[in-house]
Amino acid sequence: MTVLSVENLQTHFFTRAGVIKAVDGVDFKLDRGEVMGLVGESGSGKSVTGFSILGLVDQPGRVAGGSIRFHGEDLVGKSEEQLRKLRGGKIAMIFQDPMMTLNPVLRIDTQMIEAIKAHENVSKREAWERARDGLGAVGIPSPEERLRAYPHQLSGGMRQRVAIAIAFLNNPDLIVADEPTTALDVTIQAQIIHVAQKMCHERGAAMIWITHDLAVVAGLANRISVMYAGRVVEQGDTDDVIDNPRHPYTVGLLGSVPSANRRGEPLMQIPGMTPNMLNLPTGCAFQARCSRASDACKQAPVPSGEGHLVRCFHPYERVSA
Amino acid sequence: MTVFIIRRLMQAMIVVFLMSLIVFFGVNVIGNPVDMLINPEADQAEIERTIRALGLDKPIAEQYLFFLKGIAQGDFGKSFIFGEPALKLILQHLPATIELALVSLLMAVVLGIPLGLYAGLFPEQGISRTIMASSILGFSLPTFWVGLMLIMGFSVYLGWLPSTGRGETAVFLGIESSLWTWNGLSHLLLPALNLALTNIGLVIRLSRAGVREAMHQEYIKFARAKGLPTHRIIGVHLMKNIMIPIVTVLGLEFGNLLAFSVVTETIFAWPGMGKLLIDSLLQLDRPVVVAYLMIIVLLFVAINLLVDIVYSILDPRVRLRDQGA
Repeated sequence: MTVLSVENLQTHFFTRAGVIKAVDGVDFKLDRGEVMGLVGESGSGKSVTGFSILGLVDQPGRVAGGSIRFHGEDLVGKSEEQLRKLRGGKIAMIFQDPMMTLNPVLRIDTQMIEAIKAHENVSKREAWERARDGLGAVGIPSPEERLRAYPHQLSGGMRQRVAIAIAFLNNPDLIVADEPTTALDVTIQAQIIHVAQKMCHERGAAMIWITHDLAVVAGLANRISVMYAGRVVEQGDTDDVIDNPRHPYTVGLLGSVPSANRRGEPLMQIPGMTPNMLNLPTGCAFQARCSRASDACKQAPVPSGEGHLVRCFHPYERVSA
Repeated sequence: MTVFIIRRLMQAMIVVFLMSLIVFFGVNVIGNPVDMLINPEADQAEIERTIRALGLDKPIAEQYLFFLKGIAQGDFGKSFIFGEPALKLILQHLPATIELALVSLLMAVVLGIPLGLYAGLFPEQGISRTIMASSILGFSLPTFWVGLMLIMGFSVYLGWLPSTGRGETAVFLGIESSLWTWNGLSHLLLPALNLALTNIGLVIRLSRAGVREAMHQEYIKFARAKGLPTHRIIGVHLMKNIMIPIVTVLGLEFGNLLAFSVVTETIFAWPGMGKLLIDSLLQLDRPVVVAYLMIIVLLFVAINLLVDIVYSILDPRVRLRDQGA
């Protein structure tokens, strides 16, 4: 059953210097309980895609085209009040830096209870009990005590657990996780990934895990979408994409991850820098950094392939069938 | 917390003691009250007698010790002019000043915060730009001039409000104040507004700056992502964060309003402490001046303590710890 279907999503920022097409024609589908990794460098549009789904794109940006269907209903063009009801209800979000996302001057219980009461007319007592159970479910010891704490009294990993607990408070069908482990230590990262995975599995929620770290999604996501300059350049099942990367950019990304079997060899780097989003080249945005680029790349490539999509004129061949 | 307060009170004692030294000796430098008090035709014997009666014949150190001894017993000396205890004089004038300061502080909060919030939430709008431009006028126009203009406008031309003095007072909840009568309120409005203008401007700018900063914080975006209604995001998540600098400034300003509303009180002939201070200074009424300044010091210390306590309520990261204890 399809929970979310994003088609030709375009989110543009209308600045004085010109229109920045942060997201320019992104398509993907998400089934119930499925986890999709949305991978890309800073500025590739992966976070903006996430915020577009929740209708939280800041001025001067807005969704300029395409559709975001959630349970078949298009969210683009919905009123602010309709979106508000969905946000934190059926669609929840986890943010990057747990140090910044919880309000420093409000206690945990306040911040959890308000999230429940914003969506359901329940008594404070009932909301409190749900908050307590929510903290317990993400593995926070002595939740009743933690509820009385202020954010600064908790560690980073603890705070991200609280944020995950908040995201799951109203039993969402979709979680958008925007680099939720980037700001954490590696050991804590693993714990948080585990908790998020477990929660999704138990509650049957679909999740979009936005990250720049392929290694993180490799063990977590069912499918991967690789974004570059506002477009999905490669999309497919996780194992397929990791084992048989076809787009030169994905190959570059995988090559720049240090790994034990290539110890001692110089790391592969993608030459050049992310393109200026105000002044993208015509055709493939990656051509300037690509070793396989040819004149054909002056035209915009379209996605091709069955199941495993790649947006390139000169994709790498599959290593093994 | 209790330890913190006791510690602060002890610090306050030291401050008050140092202040008493400065004030007492400072006042002795500005002039000889005997010249002002004595009939120019008085003979030498009479002058001597007056000096002795005021205790001014003794060495200054001895005068100071005598003064300290008095303070310890709650006696700040007698006014040279009125012959009444200085403390009693000041306390008589205190309620008028307190009500003036409170009302003007209230105006600053009630007008300043909503205007600043609006200007911060909708920075591009024309109304917001107007608010910000007016706020500059608010604290850059000289108080005495604005006071005169208010009198001109509302009292002389429009004739809506009285221009001088304190109106009728009434007793309510055991407090005698002009706040409880219409006549009293109408007298209070103009001087309070005059006094509030600077602070309204200040609060507008502080609130706006706070909103502009906080709106880009992740916790506001997270609050929106939780699906909270706008009024809760602004009323709770935003307000509690921007109140911290506002409370600091308003605390200090409240002290200033109490102590140095001299100009406004003079223009509107408001019978408050500021007016008393000016009159006492002109007449070199030393005990009143000294007592006045001492009480102001105490007030400032008390207000600062209060601000610190409010702080700890607003911001849980601020702990009223007693360092090194």
